[in-house]
Amino acid sequence: MVPLSWYLILAALLFSIGLFGVLARRNIIAILLGVELMLNAVNINLVSFWRYSDVFSMGGQVFSIIVFAVAAAEVSVGLALVISVYRRRNTVIADEVDMLKW
Amino acid sequence: MTAQQIIFLFVALFTLISAVMVVTTRNLVHAALWLVSTLFGVAVVYALLNANFIAVVQVVVYIGAIAILFIFAVMLTRRDMRDTGPQMNKNWWAGALVAALTFAGLVSLLQEWSGFSKTASDFPSGFDAMGLLGEALVSPDAYVLPFEVASVLLLAALVGAVYVAFNPRSGDSQK
Repeated sequence: MVPLSWYLILAALLFSIGLFGVLARRNIIAILLGVELMLNAVNINLVSFWRYSDVFSMGGQVFSIIVFAVAAAEVSVGLALVISVYRRRNTVIADEVDMLKW
Repeated sequence: MTAQQIIFLFVALFTLISAVMVVTTRNLVHAALWLVSTLFGVAVVYALLNANFIAVVQVVVYIGAIAILFIFAVMLTRRDMRDTGPQMNKNWWAGALVAALTFAGLVSLLQEWSGFSKTASDFPSGFDAMGLLGEALVSPDAYVLPFEVASVLLLAALVGAVYVAFNPRSGDSQK
């Protein structure tokens, strides 16, 4: 049987890769891809904590389903914003969307 | 090493290599396809954790909806993708440093926890995870309120996405 630590380290690695993607990429869509990786890492943690503690309390699985819903909402609104920005400013580079910067 | 551990290591390696390709590939369509393979790896991890319903939802919702939405968005903004310019901003090394420090901090935090290397007990006989999950989602004693709030959030996101992405100029020209 696989110990819990392997799952937690896999999730930590996936989260760090996603964090690097969010911090380093210039394209807004690539930043959203990094956010997806981070949300998946959190979901792995939730499901593995459910499996490795009391399996009769379904909080971990329920919470991961709610994370699915939040991820779907985040991606739909985020990509709508990207398309709207692209239409108005003709760019998908995060640095060039600086209308609010003084 | 048991067979399950070998399968886990193989799947974890596949998932992590795909995730690294997601954040480093120049072509965004390829990055979205690597995201699909990462999500498949995570679905196999859920299956290894005996969370069958979550594994199926991962394939249906994440790969079937979210990844396809990404590919659509990449294609709709194709003209300015700049496959030739730099894909990382000039402070990418600081991002890599922060990511590495986050990983080191997480691992050092987890190592102090007593339950870090515990193993799972087998399911009790006749254990029905999916039935329990369904009851927990609609039972007033458990999670029915978060479940309903999530559906309201999805509706709000639907309306908001349509409003934000709506192009008023093309709407005028159709009149």
